[in-house]
Amino acid sequence: MSILHTVNKSPFEKNSLESCLRYAKSGSAVLLIEDGIYAALAGTTFEQRVATAMSELDFYCLAPDVKARGFSSSNVMNGIKLVDYAGFVDLTVEYEKVQAWL
Amino acid sequence: MKIKKCLYVNRRAPYGTSYALEAIDMVLIGSAFDQDISLLFIDDGLFQLKKGQDTADLEIKNHSPAYRAFEMYDVEKIYVSKEAMAARGLKRGDLLVDVELLSDSRIKELMDEHDVIFSF
Repeated sequence: MSILHTVNKSPFEKNSLESCLRYAKSGSAVLLIEDGIYAALAGTTFEQRVATAMSELDFYCLAPDVKARGFSSSNVMNGIKLVDYAGFVDLTVEYEKVQAWL
Repeated sequence: MKIKKCLYVNRRAPYGTSYALEAIDMVLIGSAFDQDISLLFIDDGLFQLKKGQDTADLEIKNHSPAYRAFEMYDVEKIYVSKEAMAARGLKRGDLLVDVELLSDSRIKELMDEHDVIFSF
């Protein structure tokens, strides 16, 4: 059964995303929240890393956190699905368990 | 008394932690005490200056308009790392205030030129 991984730290500051991607099994999902949303932006030095991981993992990003930080859906990489708070809840139900990478 | 040259170094993204908000408070207080103030944004700190922040859905205060008010407090020297901008895919036009882009080698000198450095 697969896991929903949440990452809430900026990839530029912490290695939470790196660790998550190292341990996340194929078929599981990654939800980027809070400062974790910076990993979802197009044009950063992490774009390639995330794009590579997308072949095995489903990526989601919490829209209110993107909007709060001055970005919009047009800044988010193709292939990452934006969800609202209700969508966050749906994901936690859809996946068997949640692992938070703090 | 000699007016001190103070450099406020901002390295954290907004909202995830309270560093950005605390820096704003301290800059505004410092401006009331005749400090010669410069602001420097490096690493994730430059995300504080991103245009179009809208925290309504988070139900917390959007503190980014404060950066535009700094000018009225004679806080006009705002520096940003060119390298940090490039790593994050940001351009000058993405920022909500007019900044001076500096190379990291120039930033070394900037730190050296100041009497006091406050870190956030």
